[in-house]
Amino acid sequence: METANQIPAEKLTPKDFSSGQDVKWCPGCGDYSILKQVQTIFPDLGVPKENLVFISGIGCSSRFTYYMDTYGMHSIHGRAAAISSGVKMANPNLDVWMVSGDGDALSIGGNHFIHFFRKNFNIKMLVFNNQIYSLTKGQYSPTSEKGKVTKTTPYGSLEEPFNPSELALGAKASFIARTLDRDPKHMQAILKRAHEHHGATFVEVYQNCPVFNDGAFFAYSEKETKKEQAIYLEHGKPLIFGNDNEKGILLDGWKPVVVNIKDGSHSVDQLWVHDEKDKIKATILTSFADHHDVEFPRPFGVLYLENRATYDDSLVEQLQLINAKSGRKSLDKILSGDKTWTIND
Amino acid sequence: METLDQKTMRAIDIKETDHIVVRFSGDSGDGMQLTGMQFTDTAAFLGNDLSTFPDYPSEIRAPIGTVAGVSGFQVHFGSKEIFTPGDEYDVLVAMNAAALKVDLPRLKKGGIIVANTAGFDNKNLNLANYPAGVNPIEDNSLANYTVHKVDITRHTKDALSEMGLGTKEVERSKNMFVLGLLFWMFDKPVDYTIQFIEEKFGKKPEIKEANIRTLRAGWNFGETAEFFTTRYRVNSAHLPKGTYRNITGNHATAIGLLAAAEKAGLTLFLGSYPITPATDILHELSKYKGNGVKTFQAEDEIAGICSAIGASYAGNLAITTTSGPGMALKTEAMGLATMLEIPLVVVNVQRGGPSTGLPTKTEQADLLMAMHGRHGEAPVVIIAASSPSDCFDMAFEACRLAIKHMTPVIFLSDGYIANGSEPWRFPTADQLAEIPVHFLKEPNGPDGKLLPYKRDENFVRPWIIPGTKGLEHRIGGLEKQDQTGNVSYDPLNHELMIHNRAEKIKRVAFDIPDLKVDSGKETGKLVVLGWGSTYGAIKTAVREAIAAGHDVSHVHLKYLNPMPKNLEEVLRKFDKVLIPEMNSGQLLQLIRAKFLIPAVGYSKVQGLPFTTSALKDKIVETLNA
Repeated sequence: METANQIPAEKLTPKDFSSGQDVKWCPGCGDYSILKQVQTIFPDLGVPKENLVFISGIGCSSRFTYYMDTYGMHSIHGRAAAISSGVKMANPNLDVWMVSGDGDALSIGGNHFIHFFRKNFNIKMLVFNNQIYSLTKGQYSPTSEKGKVTKTTPYGSLEEPFNPSELALGAKASFIARTLDRDPKHMQAILKRAHEHHGATFVEVYQNCPVFNDGAFFAYSEKETKKEQAIYLEHGKPLIFGNDNEKGILLDGWKPVVVNIKDGSHSVDQLWVHDEKDKIKATILTSFADHHDVEFPRPFGVLYLENRATYDDSLVEQLQLINAKSGRKSLDKILSGDKTWTIND
Repeated sequence: METLDQKTMRAIDIKETDHIVVRFSGDSGDGMQLTGMQFTDTAAFLGNDLSTFPDYPSEIRAPIGTVAGVSGFQVHFGSKEIFTPGDEYDVLVAMNAAALKVDLPRLKKGGIIVANTAGFDNKNLNLANYPAGVNPIEDNSLANYTVHKVDITRHTKDALSEMGLGTKEVERSKNMFVLGLLFWMFDKPVDYTIQFIEEKFGKKPEIKEANIRTLRAGWNFGETAEFFTTRYRVNSAHLPKGTYRNITGNHATAIGLLAAAEKAGLTLFLGSYPITPATDILHELSKYKGNGVKTFQAEDEIAGICSAIGASYAGNLAITTTSGPGMALKTEAMGLATMLEIPLVVVNVQRGGPSTGLPTKTEQADLLMAMHGRHGEAPVVIIAASSPSDCFDMAFEACRLAIKHMTPVIFLSDGYIANGSEPWRFPTADQLAEIPVHFLKEPNGPDGKLLPYKRDENFVRPWIIPGTKGLEHRIGGLEKQDQTGNVSYDPLNHELMIHNRAEKIKRVAFDIPDLKVDSGKETGKLVVLGWGSTYGAIKTAVREAIAAGHDVSHVHLKYLNPMPKNLEEVLRKFDKVLIPEMNSGQLLQLIRAKFLIPAVGYSKVQGLPFTTSALKDKIVETLNA
């Protein structure tokens, strides 16, 4: 069904996906890494270049489109989900990617975000989450932690942030993953998994903004803290983390508990084994970011995956079904309708 | 003509007349819209010219029996040309006291009232806020009218007594009794409606039978009840020969868009969000999945237009449909489409504003919004339909202009013509012109370079769709460099691009017809300049004024931006220009500003169309001023 996945005649290189425009992100911006990883994996997607489309909204992240030598539209704030779904409905053979940020996707574009996942368009959505508004020079975002001091909140922000993956799960996203700018190999693997998924993907990329929110995710990326603070999920593998891989997570009923598997108190066999397709476990996993009483590590990898009908496939199927059943109405029949009368002189 | 009825041996007078206006009025749940439409269809099939005006509240079921819940359907049919639903009616069907209260003021003096007595009991009188003890059909207050009191509810019950139906089903059939009675009164057969009932309720034999029985009972009641002594006959009109159908403006818009997609060889995509009074277009197009039409009920108005922008970018003929509040929400995206320079048709079925305003009532108050309602200088093409059937032509035209000139086109309709209907001598498919579409397939610049913003002689850029090998490029809302379309902040380039986008729209004037005088002479004392749905009322008023010896002409604008290039020349041939609008003078402002012509305005902002008589008075007053 997907002609987008035909093998292109000539082998492309990452350089073939560079538009040649000057990249204008700040030095040290995490977006450079994301651009590089996308350009690195694209030659291996097996998709003809002309069938690749990037749609973005507004924000630092959304400039991404200009740097990819594919088809692309840099649109308006928050609306990339709505525009990309129109592209996909008009031509389901296109391989459509969407780039957004935490403000673009979750604040001004919040309504489109939830409906995009509910309808499950086969579009790859990447959200660069830096927990700050950068292009407008440093205001708190819907993912900024409560109490965040920014130019618009000099005395601290008053509200709780969204937990993006939890929100995506609530919106019935069929693919939820998290990766981060400072782990190129992991990001490449997740991008490939996302592309393999037939449905709407929510790929949250923790992205450092060195100017307005430097170090927001260093706990998960720097070697001093990474092993204690981050946990890398693999389907079918137990949840293990810690400096000496000594910690594990088990489920006591529905309650996740951090245990030690090297002090003799618990064994690996007791641990929670990751199952990407288990929605209840995904609900618990996505909630790790919200637990304030116990420090759970932040999960990276594919948190949830579900194969269900996409809107674009269902649309094509319905059009074909109705056409096969009742055929095409001729324009003359449409013009005349069912009841006519004739006047002769 | 007086004849002796064969069956009843009763003297019945048949009066011939050249036009009649009937108003069906009742509670929202009384089925008056269906009754009116069925009456209309039969009149149309019998060759009357006609015009209809459904007039209903925005509440689906307002409290039963109250003034707020009154739903009306007005039909004007004639043996002469009919251009409006009529200022006043000859016959008022009042299903309850509230209906009489609301609609009596516009019943002609000496007109006929058919009153459902069951709707005038104490409870209904009370709900309609008549003072205690007052019943208008029993006291002498209607002495200037002919009142036929009929217990429609009881007669319906009697007609269905053998069927063992519940009260609810019986109650729902009473509109058919009214319809049958009116068919008798206007000497029209029940056959067409019986055919309709058979088709509609084919799978529900009981309901089908109940409706047919009641319909016949109504007709027979006219035949036998002694107090009906007069029938009226309106002969068929001398319409141009051809095949006709009856059509509403929204329906005509929908099939105009369908026809354009077919003639352009493109898939039709509609991204829309339900809003009164535009939703019927979405309803109608959703039926055409067999033709490959893609209708998308988006999560909101913004997603409606944005999905259409995406679809247009990918090569579909993309449409979004809405009304005022939705129009406001779509403005930012319209600016994007203006910047992208892609085809897009934005249908605005105007309603009373501002804010939620009068959702089911008509107004022409979005003209200046269409003209200026985007940030920055973002000109688009604006056209307007002048009658229900004209919605077909203008919807088709909107698509043609959008594709040919690579621009958003705003198509203005309004609640009056969207819901109103008229006979339409529809074209055949081969009478409609092809709409050429050219997708760029090869680089268009020197040395095999792609120039997405290289313009042709009309300042139009090429349509380049994703999936075309070798033409990968980026577009977006940031200002573009001339030719390349790359992001540019260069000051002089910005000014050039502002000019280019404006020039592109200006040149559409060479692709639209010159303006012609619609009624009257090409020069004289007064010209009435209208636009949009006021066409019928102005035409009728001007013709009547001319017949009364006044020096007046009518010209009507269907192209608002750009305006026809001979507009100024046409207007300057008259001493005075009068501009009636269902707003506070929006076209008036544009005409004065553009041409420095001292036009005078005539406003009506009541959620109701102009009446012919008021317009005629204004014409005479302006001539005498």
